Amino acid sequence: MSFVLYLINGISLGSVYAIIALGYTMVYGIAKMLNFAHGDVIMIGSYVSFITFSQMGVNPIVSVVMSMVVCTLLGVVIERVAYKPLRKATSPLAVLITAIGVSYFLQNAALLIFGANPVSFTSVVTLSPLKLAGGDLVISGTTIVTIVLCLIIMGCLMIFIKKTKAGQAMLAVSEDKDAAQLMGINVNATIALTFAIGSGLAAIAGVLLCSAYPTLTPYTGSMPGIKAFTAAVFGGIGSIPGALIGGILLGVIEILGRAYISSQLSDAIVFAVLIVVLLVKPSGILGKPMREKV
Amino acid sequence: MFKKNLKKNNVFVTYAIVVVAYIVVEALLLTGNMSSLMQGLLVPLCTYSLCAVGLNLCVGYLGELSLGHAGFMCIGAFSSAFFSVVMQDAITNSIVRFIIALIIGTAFAALFGFLIAIPVLRLNGDYLAIVTLAFGEIIKNVVNVLYIGYDSTGWHISISSQQALGLAEDGTMVINGAQGITGTPHDSSFTIGVILIIIALIIVHNLTNSRTGRAVMSIRDNQIAAESVGINVKKYKLLAFTISAAIAGSAGVLYAHNLSTLTALPKNFGYNMSIMILVFVVLGGIGNFRGSVIAACILTLLPELLRGLSDYRMLIYAIVLIAMMLFNWAPAAIVWRQKLKAKFKKTGEEA
Amino acid sequence: MALLSVKGLGISFGGLRAVDKFNINIEKGQLYGLIGPNGAGKTTVFNMLTGVYKPTDGTIMLDGKDITGKTNIEINREGIARTFQNIRLFKEQTVLDNVKIGLHNRYKYSTLDGILRTPKYHRVEKEMDEKAIELLKVFDLDNEANVLSSNLPYGKQRKLEIARALATDPVLLLLDEPAAGMNPKETEELMETIRFVRDNFDMTVLLIEHDMKLVSGICEELTVLNFGEVLAAGKTTDVLNNPEVIKAYIGE
Repeated sequence: MSFVLYLINGISLGSVYAIIALGYTMVYGIAKMLNFAHGDVIMIGSYVSFITFSQMGVNPIVSVVMSMVVCTLLGVVIERVAYKPLRKATSPLAVLITAIGVSYFLQNAALLIFGANPVSFTSVVTLSPLKLAGGDLVISGTTIVTIVLCLIIMGCLMIFIKKTKAGQAMLAVSEDKDAAQLMGINVNATIALTFAIGSGLAAIAGVLLCSAYPTLTPYTGSMPGIKAFTAAVFGGIGSIPGALIGGILLGVIEILGRAYISSQLSDAIVFAVLIVVLLVKPSGILGKPMREKV
Repeated sequence: MFKKNLKKNNVFVTYAIVVVAYIVVEALLLTGNMSSLMQGLLVPLCTYSLCAVGLNLCVGYLGELSLGHAGFMCIGAFSSAFFSVVMQDAITNSIVRFIIALIIGTAFAALFGFLIAIPVLRLNGDYLAIVTLAFGEIIKNVVNVLYIGYDSTGWHISISSQQALGLAEDGTMVINGAQGITGTPHDSSFTIGVILIIIALIIVHNLTNSRTGRAVMSIRDNQIAAESVGINVKKYKLLAFTISAAIAGSAGVLYAHNLSTLTALPKNFGYNMSIMILVFVVLGGIGNFRGSVIAACILTLLPELLRGLSDYRMLIYAIVLIAMMLFNWAPAAIVWRQKLKAKFKKTGEEA
Repeated sequence: MALLSVKGLGISFGGLRAVDKFNINIEKGQLYGLIGPNGAGKTTVFNMLTGVYKPTDGTIMLDGKDITGKTNIEINREGIARTFQNIRLFKEQTVLDNVKIGLHNRYKYSTLDGILRTPKYHRVEKEMDEKAIELLKVFDLDNEANVLSSNLPYGKQRKLEIARALATDPVLLLLDEPAAGMNPKETEELMETIRFVRDNFDMTVLLIEHDMKLVSGICEELTVLNFGEVLAAGKTTDVLNNPEVIKAYIGE
């Protein structure tokens, strides 16, 4: 029975990774950059939700929406200020290093504002736990909400990309920026929209993450961020279903690794997965291989 | 982006700066004009400078970003401290002991750098950065669950707990998991640190201005062209990465022998340290070794000197990093700088 | 026996057959042209000959030795050097250093010699400098030896690429559109330089070019590629008067 519970917890954690991974995978697919600061946007979103919901007692849904608004704005501002000027830089390292700088900035700004002490996050989910198998298997409300929400988000996003003009523009920009520009697509706006969606989703992920693991510090976002990037790579960077598959696989691996191998080495296990995936199949499960034109 | 290799006369300027700075510090120490806070910063300063020089070789000349250099520092620190603790009574001359420890720490970091580079260097750009980050974190995590001790029956190793070692009563713990290594002899000093920096500067300068260095830079500038003229890309990438890791390892040796208790924390051997070193490299100028050393010194000392600023240290680092990248790399900023330069030239000619 | 003998060379990318049944025979000392409309697969042929792409089928023989499937590094060591259509210089290095990188496998000392600055280092570096300057003189670039290669004007960058390729001491030189972006005067000079290289370096040259003046001016034989297949091959004048070739170029 404990195995089933671990599995469900793994899927739940994996669902959070999947939502975060969406932000990475969309930005990587469209702007061709690793947004290192994405994990820290999650942390900011969690703090917003913490202040509005846990401290001010705002309605949980309003609190989540506020958090999404803040993160969306933050994502767009970061893109505009730090990444856009470097889009045509000659070295690929330039924007990567800047993104690391932004990540570092958000962490340390949060450290100054909120302090280093962890705060205790109250779950925004009020759903009562589900008891199965005569009470042997208790699945928390947060777990259920997380998994369901993840599936809903994935579905909506896929429909958005397939059916709307903005979604099609995203696909076009990810294929070929210059050609998209020539076809009259506003590339800047499309990239900004991508950051907005990714960051908005990061807020949801942050709230879900902190509802399941209720300690919040300025460093809360960085590890899940890196792991979610791993998930995005695992599933195939640029692919939305890939983010779901990669996220859930990674979540399950982490929880099972923590339970059956070593709790202190669970991060190391996740990173080992990343290394193996990148070395064996860098394009991931659902990704397309790339080659340089000579 | 990559600053042109320092010319010969420039190199001696670099060495001169280091030597003068050393003499000034020693004079301050002798005359008792240095606060204990500053004294405590001297060896860490050398550690950061060394590590920054190592990372700059990787970022500036190999053209790849490693976020795992703190991991190599960690390996250098732990392997050398392990040696010094065990051999503390057997080798009483601290200089001899330190030199052997230095060789061991550097060699271990080089070995791990080499082993990690074999798979990692098949990747590039963002993927390489994230995988080196992963390796760095794995190293730190593994060191934190490592228990090694010895007793009359021999060596005991475990990766779960101290109890699992089954050490006899007369046994000695050497590496005690998250508590790390205690009792490392205080063998490093500011003088040793400065000597190491000068040696490292000589090595990287001579390396980058040699046949090997040119091959490494050719890969950075254009890998396909490098292959087309028969450069063994894999060999030179491995070589540059290994030397870079080895220098970071030597920084770890220096660091470890300045502390009586060595633990692997996120702040000293985690990814935050790798980022801090990266800030030094970027501020000093990518590809500019002298700049790395100067930046490491300024950014470490400044917040300590200006009291009240130390709370904002990390935030300042972050802003410096972003601002420097935008200023140096954004195409718009480059055009603006060129215009400004032309303007100055013009007014200069008119006058 | 031909210096370069290629039989049935072909490559597919996914389902697309980029080059098919490509044959070519080049004698030692020839100046040979590979021409064809845009997208005909000329550069793809170069990429297969130099090992950048692995051919799906066919064989490549260089001086009687099978070099099919070797990597681009190995093929350079076998004696094929090339230039690139989109210039690929080592931009952050000087003109001199670009050529010295080309000399890398001919003048050797170890990494340790370099770090310790042994007498061997100084001796070999001096030899490399002399050899590199000698090569730069051929292309009239010796005065710019210490200029950053990216600061050279376009025409000189193309020349530097040829100098770098020659530095590897090849038996066969592949030039991918060497006259692209050059004015008529520069093209004229380039033709002379290519002839000079052939005569003085004992070189065989295969070049891709769109400039018909250059092609008809220096190439002794031509192969015409169209839609990935050989359309015609033979003496330059015969090929250029071939109605099929004219049709492919001008259209119906």
